[in-house]
Amino acid sequence: MEHSELLAAGGAATAELIASGDVSSEEVLEFWLGRAGADALNAYLWTADADSARRGVAAEGPFAGVPLAIKDIFCTEGVPTTAASRMLGNYVPPYTATAVARVSGAGMPMLGKTNMDEFAMGSSNENSAFGPSLNPWDRERVPGGSSGGSAAVVAGGLAPWALGTDTGGSIRQPAGFCGIVGLKPTYGSVSRFGMIAFASSLDQCGPLTRNVTDAALLLNVLQGRDEMDSTSVGIEGGVKAPSAERLDGLRFGVPRGLLGEGIEAGVLARFEDTLTRIADLGGTVVDIELPHAGHAISAYYVLAPAEASTNLSRYDGVRYGLRASDEDLLSMYEVTREEGFGAEVKRRIMLGTYALSSGYYDAYYGRAQRVRTRIVEDFDNAFDQVDFVVTPTSPTVAFKLGEKTEDPWTMYQSDLFTVPMSLAGIPAISIPAGLAEPDGGGPELPVGFQIAAPAFSEQKLLEASFALENTIGFDGSPALEGGVK
Amino acid sequence: MSTEYEAVIGLEIHVQLSTRTKMFCGCELSFGDDPNIHTCPICLAHPGVLPVPNKEAIFYALQIGAALGCELSPVSTFDRKNYFYPDNPKAYQITQAARPFAVNGRLGDVRIHHAHLEEDAAKTIHTGGSGRIEGSDASLVDFNRGGTPLVEIVTEPDLRSGAQVREWGQLLRATIKQLGVSDVNMEEGSLRCDANISIRPVGSDELGTKTELKNMNSFRFIERGIEAEIARQKEIVAGGGEVVQETLHFDPATGELHSLRSKEEAHDYRYLPEPDLVPVVPTREMLDEARNSLPELPAERAARYEGMGVSEQAALLLAFETEWAEFFEGVLAAGDGIEPRVAANWVTGEFAAELRRQEDQPLAETKVEPAALATLIGLVSAKKISHGAGKTVLEEMVAEGADPEAVVAEKGLEQISDSGELEKIVLQAIEDNPKPADQVRNGNEKAIGALVGAVMKATQGRADGGEVNRLLRRHLGL
Repeated sequence: MEHSELLAAGGAATAELIASGDVSSEEVLEFWLGRAGADALNAYLWTADADSARRGVAAEGPFAGVPLAIKDIFCTEGVPTTAASRMLGNYVPPYTATAVARVSGAGMPMLGKTNMDEFAMGSSNENSAFGPSLNPWDRERVPGGSSGGSAAVVAGGLAPWALGTDTGGSIRQPAGFCGIVGLKPTYGSVSRFGMIAFASSLDQCGPLTRNVTDAALLLNVLQGRDEMDSTSVGIEGGVKAPSAERLDGLRFGVPRGLLGEGIEAGVLARFEDTLTRIADLGGTVVDIELPHAGHAISAYYVLAPAEASTNLSRYDGVRYGLRASDEDLLSMYEVTREEGFGAEVKRRIMLGTYALSSGYYDAYYGRAQRVRTRIVEDFDNAFDQVDFVVTPTSPTVAFKLGEKTEDPWTMYQSDLFTVPMSLAGIPAISIPAGLAEPDGGGPELPVGFQIAAPAFSEQKLLEASFALENTIGFDGSPALEGGVK
Repeated sequence: MSTEYEAVIGLEIHVQLSTRTKMFCGCELSFGDDPNIHTCPICLAHPGVLPVPNKEAIFYALQIGAALGCELSPVSTFDRKNYFYPDNPKAYQITQAARPFAVNGRLGDVRIHHAHLEEDAAKTIHTGGSGRIEGSDASLVDFNRGGTPLVEIVTEPDLRSGAQVREWGQLLRATIKQLGVSDVNMEEGSLRCDANISIRPVGSDELGTKTELKNMNSFRFIERGIEAEIARQKEIVAGGGEVVQETLHFDPATGELHSLRSKEEAHDYRYLPEPDLVPVVPTREMLDEARNSLPELPAERAARYEGMGVSEQAALLLAFETEWAEFFEGVLAAGDGIEPRVAANWVTGEFAAELRRQEDQPLAETKVEPAALATLIGLVSAKKISHGAGKTVLEEMVAEGADPEAVVAEKGLEQISDSGELEKIVLQAIEDNPKPADQVRNGNEKAIGALVGAVMKATQGRADGGEVNRLLRRHLGL
């Protein structure tokens, strides 16, 4: 078995290689642990050895022996889990997240825990307390965020597939920046139990994969009602590998009102190419309105920080994690939180605390909730006319490290196209739509194409994505060697 | 002429539910166990955990709502109440602020504003110093209690005095105890009461500035604390001052009130809807079951006893204490044609007093069977033994669980039914006690007591008091 073949194989293809006897699961694990150990992207915060990778993992199962990488936001019993924060630098959870238990139950060894923006707050991975993960297409550039490490390992040949989480675009945007597939499922389809909370009403676990088929199969392992998560419902009937070749009769809505300034020319060009391919496959492209989606970023940056401000209050130095002072109670709280949290996390805690303050609640949180309701209605109305809503995943290709760190507002605009779907709780996927030069020139970088669908219509979404993926024929192989030195 | 003021009092009562497990995790409830053994990642607020509501707690809460005559909400929701303290591991308490499970009720003459579900805090112990966190050497946290289901009952400001609060509080406690959903033990903290107190000129509809009196562990202390606070507020206003909004603690040992925090120090709880929980939507069946499963509650029970002729005082005593009511009903059931009024007086009077006298025995541990007490009451009612002899028998019964008829036989307590024999003893008593006899003859009727005593002594209490009196009066020419 050629290693290049293993390197190029995604999750489902690796399972087939093992099933056919071409390679043993031990060889597969050894190969991938070797790759992960040679990480040149700072994409892993912790890597397993052959024993720890298989601890608690079922010997049998649909994906027995096919390893995966896990975002360091999922609690893993006995394995450090930091959420890329100094606050949890020494934290080893006493329990395992449901999503991790599901992949272990399906036989998948864990290669390691991937880098991310601290507590999933960020769009570039630069908010990690342990340094940013790098983009395998160009190590001068960010992989996106917050699931930047998971996107980097999948694109850069350090894992066949990975788990991430998406709150406002944290799976889709890095998938787009790294030229892979990233799926944010319907809110409630995958259990959040054991996933360290950022914004509870938005957080959702999903797959980052080399192709649409892997996204479908990994989602099928992850999804399902979990009695440990009151908000989980699962996807009725599960999810199957997609097989559609055509898009006949399907209508794709383009919210032209959203595609205004700030979109790079190359991104827009790949987006328009993809619309043409939809038509080639028999689909219909129409313009639609999402009248309130332009306010999504503003609403999101009230709601998500508000929830985050209370979710992150538990990091107080009392029971686990960092305790930076024990002078007295107040200094324990203050010094611990001052030293434990990074600047962006503090910024959002401050924003959220303010938005929930007595006398301001209605002006900020209440109003943002009303905007959210309007956006839900916008999508309901849109889906009366079309089957899917499509946009570029991000306004730009992967930007340079440090390029936006001084200006949070510009950084927040990275999520312009992904946040509305998060607020609406609907499934959305980013698939690679080709390469484009950044504005201002330079080597070509991946562009993501986002497709959103009504709640719980993941199968339909994956079928359309699969048909498009085949006709686009994106080649991600140039990045596969970008992950190692 | 000075203005008359009245007090306006509303209560917030916390009731710990006696469910098997905590409100949002599977840890067992406990009291008095070693610290931090009933904990898990959820109630210790580890990263990533989520709450799952306890169905039993929701059902108990609905029963409380139904017993308080509340409208049970078809949809109620949870909110987060944010504050930092080591006993609050998530730094927010999950509670119901916007849409509680029960609203608009009434118990007795007090309206219930609403009742909501929430989780209890852990327990902190501050070592060294005063026992307060300031100046202590170390603070220890026991998370066993953290996450215990609580129902908070909030009344309208319908109460006017400390005594009324005590009486109403006892009715509430008895009502919840009757439901069997809480231990309602104030010393152990399974029932806790805060009072909001203000005063206003009599006849005014406006509410004055209120103070909050925190967490007292008996209704007697609450009564005293409230009276002290009312007096304090009246004095302030009489002196031309203004009451300041603050939270107070009453020290029952000294009778003093201490300020815990002022309005300026009050928390901003930054409430927000709890995104980790879906709304509570009880099914029709669950609501019906909560309403239909209600036992006879103390207020109804007291009314029923009074209807049977039991005195109001005895009826209330029995109705408020389920086990006493059950004992009383046992006596009635065993006693053939026993008069409820008489039985109630024996149970709440002589029997209760004898239990107290003999080392304050709890009713639950008494050796006396209701049927045995019924036999005793029957003997007295039928005048087979005197009331005094009855008390002697009761003493033996409480001490040893003795059979009343055996005690009567053994001690020869059977009442002297032969009036000729009794008459002889009466005449002897008059002869032996000439001085009181003369006093009675000269019109001092009170002196007859000494003669009655002499007859009782001579008969060892076996004589019927009424008959003795009648005979004495006749022979003394009254």
